[in-house]
Amino acid sequence: MTEQRVSYTLDSSLQTIDSAEEKATRIATELGFGDDEVMQISMAVREGAVNAVLHGNGYAPDKKVTLAFERTGEDLIITIRDQGKGMDLSKIPNPLAPENLLKTSGRGIFLMRSFMDVVEIRPSATGTELKLIKRVHGPTAGGEEASQ
Amino acid sequence: MSMKVGNRQVDGVTIVDCSGRITLGEGSVLLRDTVRELLGKGNKKIVLNLAEVNYIDSSGIGELVSAFTTTKNQGGELKLLNLTKKVNDLLQITKLYTVFDVKDDEAAAVKAFK
Repeated sequence: MTEQRVSYTLDSSLQTIDSAEEKATRIATELGFGDDEVMQISMAVREGAVNAVLHGNGYAPDKKVTLAFERTGEDLIITIRDQGKGMDLSKIPNPLAPENLLKTSGRGIFLMRSFMDVVEIRPSATGTELKLIKRVHGPTAGGEEASQ
Repeated sequence: MSMKVGNRQVDGVTIVDCSGRITLGEGSVLLRDTVRELLGKGNKKIVLNLAEVNYIDSSGIGELVSAFTTTKNQGGELKLLNLTKKVNDLLQITKLYTVFDVKDDEAAAVKAFK
């Protein structure tokens, strides 16, 4: 990512989910994240895109998903917005509760929270905004010594 | 890389060799259809060999859970074999590792069926 911020407007389709994941993988790699962190970022973005396309916009062809990547001094900030009716955060069950372990859905937000440093969800009547933040870790002291 | 499956029989147990990605869309649907078809034909001892599965998302995890419960509800048994590190880590953080019967040796997996 040569620019500090890039954004995309995408259709509400399965292709958008794959595309969002690919973009996240490419940008996180370019920013120098390690393999595990790249996987975490790409998976979090994929889950966010699934929520936007499937649960937010409901695959509606007239509704778009916007995806933005922004690099600040310390953070990679990813924003995903849909044009749905907004989600009720109080209705999202804890997927680790024994009674929910065998449910076949409801793990997306949990995975995002597991993989990212910050996850903010702002639902509104005109759509949901999801903000994912991953800290950009600098080189370790050992790495600096090794480069000298 | 999309998902591919191939089935083989070992001592009355169906080994389903999966490769690629189990994600929302084709991958999840293929896994669901494969398990339902096996159960429909009376194959109720199933091992999902995930050695070549390099990526799985929450929909794929949900599909593994669905395959497990569907098989169990029909009087069968489903085990997981040869998890990659990524899949293993996901099952650990979602606490599903304790739900599934996970094996890392095919002969042991086949032998473990009652």
